[in-house]
Formats: sequence, C-alpha cells, structure tokens
Amino acid sequence: MADYKLPAEQLKALKSKFPGLEVLESQDVIVPLADLTPFMTEIKENPDYAMDFLTNLTGVDYQDRYEMVYNLASLTQGYTLMVKVIIEDKKKPEVSSLCPLWMGANWQEREVYDLMGIVFTGYPGHPTRILLDEYFEGHPLRKDFQWEGGRET
Amino acid sequence: MKTQTYTLNLGPQHPSTHGVFRIILELDGETVVKATAVPGYLHRGVEKLAEARTYTQVIPYTDRMDYVASMLMNWGYVQAVEKLMGIEVPERAEYIRVIVGELSRIASHMIAVGAMGADIGALTAFTYTFRDREYILDLLEMVSGSRLTFSYFRIGGVAADFPEEFYSAAKKFLDELPGMCDEYDGLITGNEIFQTRTKHVGIITPETGINYSLSGPTLRGSGVNYDLRKVRPYSVYDRFDFDIPLGKDGDCFDRFWIRIEEMRQSKRIIEQALEQIPEGLIRAKVPKVIKPPVGDAYAEIESSKGIYGAYVVSDGSPKPYRVHFRRPSFINLGYLEKLCEGWLLADVIAIFASIDVVVGEVDC
Repeated sequence: MADYKLPAEQLKALKSKFPGLEVLESQDVIVPLADLTPFMTEIKENPDYAMDFLTNLTGVDYQDRYEMVYNLASLTQGYTLMVKVIIEDKKKPEVSSLCPLWMGANWQEREVYDLMGIVFTGYPGHPTRILLDEYFEGHPLRKDFQWEGGRET
Repeated sequence: MKTQTYTLNLGPQHPSTHGVFRIILELDGETVVKATAVPGYLHRGVEKLAEARTYTQVIPYTDRMDYVASMLMNWGYVQAVEKLMGIEVPERAEYIRVIVGELSRIASHMIAVGAMGADIGALTAFTYTFRDREYILDLLEMVSGSRLTFSYFRIGGVAADFPEEFYSAAKKFLDELPGMCDEYDGLITGNEIFQTRTKHVGIITPETGINYSLSGPTLRGSGVNYDLRKVRPYSVYDRFDFDIPLGKDGDCFDRFWIRIEEMRQSKRIIEQALEQIPEGLIRAKVPKVIKPPVGDAYAEIESSKGIYGAYVVSDGSPKPYRVHFRRPSFINLGYLEKLCEGWLLADVIAIFASIDVVVGEVDC
C-alpha cells in the first residue's frame, strides 16, 4: 500500500517552527500540550500543509498518561498526518478544543468526553455526554472503570 | 395575537433509526428554529468489549456496527491490524475483498435509496429496493454463509474462497443491475413530488462539508471530490477504471442521486475485478494467536456512508489495548442540527433520510 504521510521535509519545517515537536519514526508527531492550538492552526492555515480535514479524533488511556490522537488529511495535497498529544495530569485531564478550527471536532470531542472523561477547554459550551445517559456516572473507556449495578440478584 | 415556539420530539422515523434516534425540534409554526439530535441509547460499548477479546474475536463486533454493509466494516478493522503487524495480503484475497465490499456497498445504497423514497411517501420504492437487495444477499451467503452479519474477513485475507457457482450468479446479477437502477430512476428520481421535496432542500456548501468532516455521498453531494478509493487508493483499487459521481447543489436530491450512480460505478469495479482476479492463496500466513508488536495503527476505507477508520493500539498481548472506530454516520450527523435550522418540519424528514445513517454505527 502506498504511503500518503506528510513528507519528511515538511515535518522538518514544522519542527523548526515548533521546537517542542517530536517527530516519530512512523512520521507521526507528538505536540506539546500547550502548543496544540498554534500547531493545528499552522498546519490548517499554511498552504504547504493545508490539513483542512480532521478525519478522526480519539483518546487512549495509558497507565501513566492520557493520549489524544488526531488524524488529519489534506484534500488538496493528499497527505495525512497523525498528531498526538500527551496529557500527563491523570487526575484532571484537559486539552484545548479544536472546535474553533474544525467543527468536525464537535461531536467527536463530546464522545471522548463522554467515554474517557477528557475535558476540552474552549469547547463551545461545556462538552456534554452524547452516547450515554446524562445521569450515568464514570467514563467507561477508562481502564480503571468498574461497572457496578445491573440486574438485582 | 401572541405566538410562541413549541417543542416537538421527532422520531424514530427513518427505517434505520428504530427506537434510538430522535431530534428535538423547536418549531415556530412549521419552521425549525433549533434542532437537537439525541443519539442513544443503543450504546453497546463495542470499543470497550474489544479490549477483552482477541484480535480475531473483534471482527464479528464490527459487523454489527453498519449491519447493512458489514463486509465494509470488517475491512477497515482488519486493515488496521494488518498495518500494525505488517502483513502482506495475497492478491486474490484483495480482489475478493473488493468484490464483496462493492456488493455490500450496492446493498447498502439500495436501502438508502429505498428508505429515502419511503420517508417521502413512495413506499413502493422501499419494497423494490429490498427485493433487489435479496440477490446480493444470496451472493454473499454463497461466500460467507450468512445474510446480514457476514464476519467474512480475516486478518491477512478472507475466510473462504468463492464457490464455483458464485461467478455465474454474480454475472447474472450484474447484468440485471442497470435495469434495477433504471427502475429506481423511473420510480423515484423522476418523480415530480420527490423532486419538489428534495431539490434545493437542506443545502450543504463544500466548505461546511469539509469543516464538519463529513464524508461519503453526504460530502460528495456538495461537489467535493473526496473518495478514498481514488485519492488514497487502498487494496487494489488503483487497478480499476471507475468514476466518482459528484453533486452540484449539495441538496438532498444530489445526495440521493449520487447513491444510484455509485451503484452503477460499483458494477464497473466488480466486473473488472471478476475479470482480473488471479489464482492463489486467500489468506496470508498468520499465526493462530495474533500478537502484534507494541504500537498503534490507523487505517481507513471508503464505506458506503463515508470514511470508516479503525485505530488500534497494541501492548504486545493477544488482546487489543484500545480500539477506536471512526464511524462516518456518527460524524455526518454532527452537522444535522445546524442543517435543519430554517427548514420546514417536512424538510427535516428528507434531510435526515438523505444523510443515510445507521444507528448501529452512530452509537457503537
């Protein structure tokens, strides 16, 4: 299968602009938490990258951290890019919302909030549950989630 | 005289939303002032369940997301695991995948087309498309043994080869498909009432479509040429000659019409695939217990509803650490609330039908 990942030269240019950026061997990048919005604005607005399509957005619960994973694509350039953000604060996970850039993040961030309990700052209104009932407690995709209740025995 | 807006709970209305999707409409007379979509509570927790199953055992769960095109749902997931493990799929298996995948796409579009007709009042259309869909299910039953949730894909290939009688049956179906499409055209597309209800209704501009991450016929109805089979060909799609139908106005009619055109294009793909299909293995050498190396992979395919992606994280154990599915129906619905504003109550029915969602996928 052909590879459509963002070429190394362009990643290098991004790295010089955002020194905190970590470029992985797989051509995915890890962005410092604080740089997320400026970085995303750059790859969206700059015609060299033109990442105008936010394909996918999800969170992963690791033992020592949360990780947000963003999959972006450029309709004009044809490239894709996987961007990761590490959230070290496991007690109060927060990351800035991408809704001001892509409205496609709207429902996806709500889903991540619902199932993983990551709060998106700057989200239009506070993200509310979308798949589960508003009275449901806990976030089921967290690794430490334990379901209690069910049928009475 | 005093007027005031009122709230109406709309739905479940569309055939694929039975019981689990409603729209809360705030209406001023018949005009929608505000729409709030409430997906749920079908939530089965597929992603959580996957964490307690082996990689192979996850495949049947993907079937049950978009259960009207379950072949395509298998495909996205197995492709992500193959990417993670670096498995090379044999060529014959890739061709089989394309053939059953495109058949599934036609079956899914038939439901979309028929259900949209039914929503607008042409109930006969629904029976016609369901009648024709049975032929595809017969074909897929020949290869997989089931008629709805096929679970036919395997990591590294497919479960079984085509039986001998498949080829002639498939050819017979493909010969009849243009006639079927013409019948839908005559019955629904050309219908004046249908056109009045759908043309220039529920318009999505290309910019909005891209900004809201819409995909599939919902996005292409707005004229955005974005089909993964063409822009980032996966499997063996780069070997086939086919067109991507595009809409002009981005209205409900365009989104509907594209699906009929896509059926015709799928026919072209299947015919070429059946002609080119090579002999050989149908499954790569894959260990019985699948233990991908530590890492993650994201793979996506163009399903009948749009871009379907699977993100798989491995911690080296036989069970996936985390699985996430990018479901096109879910993300396409994200724009529904804004899209309904300003239209009439009756238009909401047409708009919702034109997006073609399956709730199993919205709320996986």
